[in-house]
Amino acid sequence: MANFYTDNPDLRNHLSHPLMKKIVSLKERNFEEADKYDYAPQDFEDAMDNYDKVLEVVGDICANIIAPNAESVDHQGPKVEKGRVTYADATQENLKACREAGLMGMAMPRRFGGLNFPITPYIMAADIVSRADTGFENLWGLQDCAETLYEFGNDDQRARYIPRVCEGETMSMDLTEPDAGSDLQSVMLKATEEPDGTWRLNGVKRFITNGDSDIHLVLARSEEGTKDGRGLSMFIYDKRNGGVDVRRIENKMGIKGSPTCELTYKNAKAELCGSRRLGLIKYVMALMNGARLGIAAQSVGVSEIAYREALAYARDRKQFGKAIIEFPAVYEMLSVMKAKLDASRALLYECARYVDVYKAYEDIARERSLSGEERADMKKYTRLADACTPLVKGMASEYCNQNAYDCIQIHGGSGFMKDYACERVYRDARITSIYEGTTQLQVVAAIRHVTTGTYKNLMDSYAEMPVKDSLKEAAETLKTLMEKYVAAVDKVNEINDPTFTDFMARRLVEMAGNIIMAWLLITDASRYSSESMEKSAKVYTKIAQAEVEKHSDFIANFTPEEVALYKEA
Amino acid sequence: MSLNIIVLAKQVPDTRNVGKDAMKEDGTINRAALPAIFNPEDLNALEQALRLKDANPGSTVTLLTMGLPRAAEIIREAVFRGADSGIVLTDRVLGGADTLATSYSLAQAVKKFGNFDIIIGGRQAIDGDTAQVGPQIAEKLGIPQVTYAEEIIELKDGYVTVKRRLENGVETVKSPLPCVVTVNGTAPECRPRNAMRIMKYKKAVTPSEKSALDEKSKEFVETRPYLNLNEWNAAFIDADPNQIGLAGSPTKVKAIENVVFTAKEARKLENVDEQIEDLVKELIANHTIG
Repeated sequence: MANFYTDNPDLRNHLSHPLMKKIVSLKERNFEEADKYDYAPQDFEDAMDNYDKVLEVVGDICANIIAPNAESVDHQGPKVEKGRVTYADATQENLKACREAGLMGMAMPRRFGGLNFPITPYIMAADIVSRADTGFENLWGLQDCAETLYEFGNDDQRARYIPRVCEGETMSMDLTEPDAGSDLQSVMLKATEEPDGTWRLNGVKRFITNGDSDIHLVLARSEEGTKDGRGLSMFIYDKRNGGVDVRRIENKMGIKGSPTCELTYKNAKAELCGSRRLGLIKYVMALMNGARLGIAAQSVGVSEIAYREALAYARDRKQFGKAIIEFPAVYEMLSVMKAKLDASRALLYECARYVDVYKAYEDIARERSLSGEERADMKKYTRLADACTPLVKGMASEYCNQNAYDCIQIHGGSGFMKDYACERVYRDARITSIYEGTTQLQVVAAIRHVTTGTYKNLMDSYAEMPVKDSLKEAAETLKTLMEKYVAAVDKVNEINDPTFTDFMARRLVEMAGNIIMAWLLITDASRYSSESMEKSAKVYTKIAQAEVEKHSDFIANFTPEEVALYKEA
Repeated sequence: MSLNIIVLAKQVPDTRNVGKDAMKEDGTINRAALPAIFNPEDLNALEQALRLKDANPGSTVTLLTMGLPRAAEIIREAVFRGADSGIVLTDRVLGGADTLATSYSLAQAVKKFGNFDIIIGGRQAIDGDTAQVGPQIAEKLGIPQVTYAEEIIELKDGYVTVKRRLENGVETVKSPLPCVVTVNGTAPECRPRNAMRIMKYKKAVTPSEKSALDEKSKEFVETRPYLNLNEWNAAFIDADPNQIGLAGSPTKVKAIENVVFTAKEARKLENVDEQIEDLVKELIANHTIG
């Protein structure tokens, strides 16, 4: 039987990372639930075996149900009638399988019916689901919202909503409006409080993924007369109460199985989640960080299928008397695709582990106060997660677009026809570098970690790690690239002109991304003894070298005055 | 109404993915080269059983399988998918059984099991393809049988209504309970394994598997009754030694031949409609197609 987990040994390698021991121990509070729940693990090995076995089910469902359904979902798509959305038939089948397999509340605590999985194996499932059907990953992955509800809702709200999510009800996050896209501070949806303490929502939301979900998290303006982010609060809307209708669903280029809705709120009853005024500045920021990691996983899944489709075609297709994979122009493309895929994946799981550690501490802090040592550790990992989340979202989504492009290129004329999966992959890939913050906005979030040195510190820590002999040369290359990176950062910091910094930000962030991902591949390949990873480490170091030197030259030869050249009237 | 449902299942070599080393020199199956799997149509049967359980809260689904001790693997798999428990009927003296001896042994096990409302099994196993065991069990137990089932439509008031998929259409029949139903591969696929059930039951073992565990794991299993699977032998089911295993099997294999198709009948046609039409007519006439 085909299986998207077991056919990809890199996944098991990433899951076995040494930091998992710390993550599992924190997440399971030293296995205090071992005798309380019959499905709780007894020890570290037991927990890891659980993740492995459950991911094996994810891989099974993805390979044998979701992937074969992807084409028909893409063709049929969802429809809207009388304000309600109906998913494509095969989407309903996919959801049914995920519910029956109990995969809808993977990271939620056991007391609410969840599996209590750390983020890392959950993100791995997202990676696998996205490879099977990128658009379906959106619907399934919206279980992320339960995390936000858990973090900021009160006990009563947790107890009422989270078990429903674990049993398979879907969620949505209603943020975007016609005039509030990247700039969420401009959200206008109006929330008014009733005498009984409940709230009523009125207005319009647009581009809402899975907008007809069962449980919505809604960003709305609770403070009349305010115009900025501090007048916004987060609300929970329960579809059972009614009041929100779907006016239309967008006709999109890709991820067509996932309904993107325009919603009208007519006096819709809702309840406040958390404190007033913290909706955007605290809760949505947390929600977005989780969602960005999810999109990074989705992007890695896209890169995976793009690479596999291209590889299969290149082996099969014969021209000039041999398989086209024999030609340097083609095998180079494939190796570069694989290197970008492996690099994205290495950073994805590194980031997921950082998120795991700090979130586990945050959760422990809900039960007891942390020791000074624990607080310092939490702070360290929070910073690393903050630095890596926009980096991986930006880099992995751009790479999956490049891989989808090259996948079609390798298919030649056939790739331009609707007959092969690659055209769907190409369309599905396109959104990843746009939603949950465009790549340009990821750069905005990441640049402070360039200027304040978080990325440099991370590189230094990787440079200390053991490297196998065959990768020592690549490691030396990276050390020289780090010098170039530092020189470029120093120049930008010395000039200290916000416009110049903004102008160079993407180049600097990409340089950091290239070097960090190359280090990760080198250290991972040294740890896991994987030949394909080692090859990717070497190929990716070549890519990183070319990219870093390109940006380094550009920045070295550029004066702040020259920014004017690029400015449109 | 809560039901006692027995599902018959078999662990089989995966004959759907046969490689060149699938058969040994002597023509017998090389089991080492073929992964052992849950017989596909038995999974369709399990799904029908689980749907009955869903519709009748309080019901229990028990898997019954005869085979090697390792057949406990398919019991665990069934439990991961929603079955309550299972029984492995295993004994050296039961080995080498043909369908007659197999159905006798399984019928004895069912008698030992006691009260049941319905027995559901797959139409046939992919290793033998006989489709005889289910019906023979019904005969031996003296209860009705419904074969080629595609859907159990309704079960109430002591009757079950079943849709059968036949060669030329469908037939809906009603049978008194208890009865045996054998299910086609055209019935709905079995639901997936459930994450929580996997974590709960992954350590479930039969007594012979338990004996191979270390002390700590043994103790763990002993403190949790749901982790103990049943393992029955020939004596336990009061089997007549003359009716089981090789002794009870009138089927004798005379010879097994390894047939390799060669291209000796290849024929080259010109690319004209006339020749292609003639060939199609010929193939229809000799019943190769149509």
